[in-house]
Amino acid sequence: MKDTETTAGRKFPAPLLNPENQPWFDAAAEGRLLYRHCRACGRAHHPPRTMCPHCHSDHTEWKTSGGRGAVYSSSTLRRGVPVPYCIAYVSLDEGVTMMTDLVGFGDETPAIGTRVQVRFVPAEGGARVAVFGPEEGA
Amino acid sequence: MNHKERACIVGAYEHPTRLAPDKSVAQLHAEVARGALRDAGLQASDVDGYFCAGDAPGLGPLSMADYLGLKPRYFDSTDVGGSSYLVHVRHAAQAIEAGHCDVALVTLAGRPRSEGSSGTQARAYNLLAPESPFESPYGLVPINSYAMAAQRHMHEFGTTPEQLAWIKVTASHHAQHNPNAMLRDVVTVQDVLASPLIADPLHRMECCVVSDGGGAVVVARPEIAARLKRPTVRVIGGGEAIGYVDSAGMDITTSAAKRSGAAAFAEAGVAPRDIRYASIYDSFTITVLIQLEDLGFCEKGQGGRFVADGQLVAGQGRLAINTDGGGLCNNHPANRGGMTKIIEAVRQLRGEAHPAVQVKDCALAVAQGTGGMLGSRHGSATLILERA
Repeated sequence: MKDTETTAGRKFPAPLLNPENQPWFDAAAEGRLLYRHCRACGRAHHPPRTMCPHCHSDHTEWKTSGGRGAVYSSSTLRRGVPVPYCIAYVSLDEGVTMMTDLVGFGDETPAIGTRVQVRFVPAEGGARVAVFGPEEGA
Repeated sequence: MNHKERACIVGAYEHPTRLAPDKSVAQLHAEVARGALRDAGLQASDVDGYFCAGDAPGLGPLSMADYLGLKPRYFDSTDVGGSSYLVHVRHAAQAIEAGHCDVALVTLAGRPRSEGSSGTQARAYNLLAPESPFESPYGLVPINSYAMAAQRHMHEFGTTPEQLAWIKVTASHHAQHNPNAMLRDVVTVQDVLASPLIADPLHRMECCVVSDGGGAVVVARPEIAARLKRPTVRVIGGGEAIGYVDSAGMDITTSAAKRSGAAAFAEAGVAPRDIRYASIYDSFTITVLIQLEDLGFCEKGQGGRFVADGQLVAGQGRLAINTDGGGLCNNHPANRGGMTKIIEAVRQLRGEAHPAVQVKDCALAVAQGTGGMLGSRHGSATLILERA
């Protein structure tokens, strides 16, 4: 699926990059979805932090997600914006939940529990961000 | 501490304006400051503590202290959005009880209506936050954050659009008696559900108004309160908490009111069943429902049943909420509803609410605020107030 089919007219505000979050966006540019995992306590978190928010250990590392998950909650903003869009929390199969947009579902807001799969779209300024569309091969 | 030794709210003032294109924000702060001090029977020279939040123009309290001619020996500009002013009252009471000041002024004012603000716009304060690169590209704004909490609440507990609509219907029943309210027409559940869907499941009528204006309160030590002519309201309990999403254990149907409320009730030595009037922050309908559950007025998940069928309309059920019409119908100055929550609770405890909505023999009240965004991160503050 091409970007233009899934996000017609929608502009994604540019993320503000910094040394701590740069690797996540570098991976996104290559089509890989990262999340942060702590070797000390075994728990994952998002957005990514160098120091684990669960146990304050520095022994955190990047892991690559399979890019599949299910909708935790979602809502389509239909008024007061140039193009309606659907914001969501998606719970990845690896057990960590991230904020995202859902694309490729038409005007409908996908129900909680709907299976979704990541894809990457360019934000303003050029960085790529992770959004989720219908799961392929489901 | 004996309740008679607790700090007291001795002055309160809500600006009557809802549209102020010809005034500055600082000017509105000054007008509400003077209004609350006059209500108390005090003067600016009596003030030795000053509290304001992000709506106050300038760096923290510096510019407003200058503009108002105050020389505080205690100040605090904690900003947790709309819940800031409840935090300020708590901090003011603590400072007074610790001997750091005697008379504390808290002000709020803004003109978002004149400036064209909307709950469908991103808020600028997020841009430098560490989470911003992982949220702002996706268009997180106030209404879709609260809407995701509502969607999840409906999914987990079977809460219905009709039940949420009752919160707006309740507010409209109260607002019809408030001559200053922006929206005074009584509406029905059908009216709410027929209004445009803004961010599913929330309709336009489930959103608070955007209004200019403001409000202020004065907190003082009990010896000073005893010398003043106005009825005294004691701050007998308070709590504050910060809520945020746990990406490894998601739950956006429970707010930080669970913690701030438990702390406030424990300090006051009372329980939700003792409360007959509650000011509950109402940025959106879902905000009210979740806070009522988290404060313990009903079980988690039972909020829909608790708010339906007029049970929170003054004179009809065992609990009345937001008898001024709340943020949903009356006023939400500076896009921050915490101050007006305190003020209407003070009116109820003084017996000065509109007679049509006055709770009979109101001796104990709760004021509850949620600032920021329920579906991402938010501040919560709870006050338990008692008629002296």
